[in-house]
Amino acid sequence: MTPLPAASLDLRPSWGEIALRGGLPILVSLALPFLLHFVVGPALGPYPTKLLVDVGIAIILAVSLNIVNGFTGQFSIGHAGFMAIGAYTAASVTYYGSMLIWETAERQAGFLPAGEWLLCGGCLVGGAVAAVFGYLVGLPSLRLRGDYLAIVTLGFGEIIRVLLQQTNSQLFSSDEIREAGRRELFPPPLGGALGFSDIPKYGTLFWVFTFAVLTIWVSYRLKVSAAGRAYLSIREDEVAARSIGIDITKYKVRAFVIAAFLAGIAGGLYAHSGVILSPKDAGFQRSFDVVIMVVLGGMGSISGTTLAAIILTLLPELLRDLQQYRLIIYALVLIVMMIVRPQGLFGVHEIWEFFGHKRLGTRRGGRT
Amino acid sequence: MRLKSLFAKVGVWVALGAIGLGGGSAVGQDKAPILIGHYGSLTGSEATFGQSTSNGIRLAIKELNAAGGLNGRLIELKEYDTKGDPKEATNSVTRLVASDKVSAVLGEVASGLSLAGGPVCQENGIPMISPSSTNPRVTMVGDMIFRVCFIDPFQGQVCAKFARENLKLTKAALFYDQKAPYSDGLAKEFRKAFEKLGGKITAEEKYTGGDQNFKAQLTKIRGTGPEVIFIPGYYTDVGNIALQARELDLKVPLLGGDGWDSEQLGKIAKQAIVGSYYSNHYAPDQDDARVKEFIAKYKADYNGATPDGLAALGYDAAKILFDAMKRAKSLGGKDLRDAIAGTKDFPGVTGSITIDSKRNAVKSAVVVEMTGDPPTPKYRATVAP
Repeated sequence: MTPLPAASLDLRPSWGEIALRGGLPILVSLALPFLLHFVVGPALGPYPTKLLVDVGIAIILAVSLNIVNGFTGQFSIGHAGFMAIGAYTAASVTYYGSMLIWETAERQAGFLPAGEWLLCGGCLVGGAVAAVFGYLVGLPSLRLRGDYLAIVTLGFGEIIRVLLQQTNSQLFSSDEIREAGRRELFPPPLGGALGFSDIPKYGTLFWVFTFAVLTIWVSYRLKVSAAGRAYLSIREDEVAARSIGIDITKYKVRAFVIAAFLAGIAGGLYAHSGVILSPKDAGFQRSFDVVIMVVLGGMGSISGTTLAAIILTLLPELLRDLQQYRLIIYALVLIVMMIVRPQGLFGVHEIWEFFGHKRLGTRRGGRT
Repeated sequence: MRLKSLFAKVGVWVALGAIGLGGGSAVGQDKAPILIGHYGSLTGSEATFGQSTSNGIRLAIKELNAAGGLNGRLIELKEYDTKGDPKEATNSVTRLVASDKVSAVLGEVASGLSLAGGPVCQENGIPMISPSSTNPRVTMVGDMIFRVCFIDPFQGQVCAKFARENLKLTKAALFYDQKAPYSDGLAKEFRKAFEKLGGKITAEEKYTGGDQNFKAQLTKIRGTGPEVIFIPGYYTDVGNIALQARELDLKVPLLGGDGWDSEQLGKIAKQAIVGSYYSNHYAPDQDDARVKEFIAKYKADYNGATPDGLAALGYDAAKILFDAMKRAKSLGGKDLRDAIAGTKDFPGVTGSITIDSKRNAVKSAVVVEMTGDPPTPKYRATVAP
């Protein structure tokens, strides 16, 4: 084997650069949940902390939907359906789990008590159940394109919403749970139209941002992998993609399942952020909130959707003092944004590309 | 941070002590306005709920401030919109209690939203008064949560008492929405109370909200010969049921709860609903000086609009809060909570209100009769608990 010419050795990044590029992001992502949980949250107080939790959940939702709507170019508007499935599943795991194990669904104090590991497991189970639904919905419907797929996903979200309204009322004591028979357990006791309440508040900044960082990481690795290239090729031209041997349905379903899994996790965290789950959470209003984030951030841009998720979660809260007029202002901001930057904040690019820091897997001057 | 607040606390106590020693009461007294919060659906599909409640609360505040406020301190309202969304309700209440530092929170109308906001108030030790959430769970959130309306099951008792004692009837049939906890709860209470008063339930039939055809159940009910049919559903279904009952020549009066309370009822059922009764929080045509005064003031302030039940309850919730603030040792969460819990026979627009040990309101209900063309509710009786 002939040694590489000296010129090519110069192109190899130095160890310092490798450490900076490879190690720094990992360090930052490991440190971020701890930093937010122990320093930023306590310094800001409960209300900003709650907003940060909302931001983290919105990031997971937007970045995961970006895999379907952004990378693969499909138009799904049923993301909230998957989120709601994950939310109700995770809430059932922690609420009924806590009731059976500890006889109470009170939140346990301290950092990472046993209950929070129940949350972690609940989120993963919630994600898995959502992924199964993603597969079931995806397999028959992803042969459809564009508007038709949008209608199917919209219908899916609405079906979930109506099904959740038909569930039994929640069981509030451990005795009731143990003695529950078929009448109480079928349909499952998820609170019906009134909602699922008393869920222990384990959705801390630590968990939310641990999952948010993981989501961004998964999404980025996906984008720069062979699968990501396949997604992008499907988005650009399905016929051309098929001509080079890409199994379009398989890749679409796969993107759908991954996105549903992550949305399920987001739902699990949402359920534990001190809210009450209601069937409305599966409705199209919530789905649209996420679609707007992806479109505003730039279809296909991970950093763009992340930034859009942050802005669009904080904006209505910052405008709260305007009371009933805030939603008008919010809508105006969206309209102006879309006129000024129809391709979204960053288009298909990532934020670092604007600083001349070109990375793999993205290209300048893509479709806008 | 913590040290600073400690110093601040010590400072306040020293200052208070100095005032006490000096004997001057007004010199160092805090004249800053007292903040209270309200969260409600000012936009969204239930916008009228939040807006009516807000109008009632604002009227109460305006009255109090015009009279010089509370011990010389004015009341200031912080109000946030929930869009009828539980997530927004949680965020609004978090902001009210944690950032705005309000002394007490008023809201929400819908029980689902009160259940979202309640735990935040409970956790932060700030009293919350819901004007009109009737689901029993709401006040079970914790000892900081109160309400000034009656709870769902109570209306079942009211209707039973009215049917038995005012109408002097002995045979009643039940017809309720099996999927709605509200409807189911009322039906159960009605049966219990009616049988206790010596009445007899002749039939128990069920429907599902949104059904179009009720004739099968109504025919069965007709066969048992009841003198009144208790239908604790919502106005759309009730309207259709009334129409179909009259078609089947079932002419006995129908009876229901506040789920009937909508202009739509008269429009759907037309003459079929005339002669039927339902229980409600208040009736605008009630012959009561307090109600008349409230309606006059409300009309003067809001371009001649007639206040609905939610406005009246919002007004009463605010009034009860102010009354408690006057009696409370301090405006701290615990003292204020105790004062609200001590509310007894408060003369409200929606009746004389006493807060019981479960932080629910014990009060009378009114029963109205649908009369006229188009049918509108007319005051018929007041039923005490």
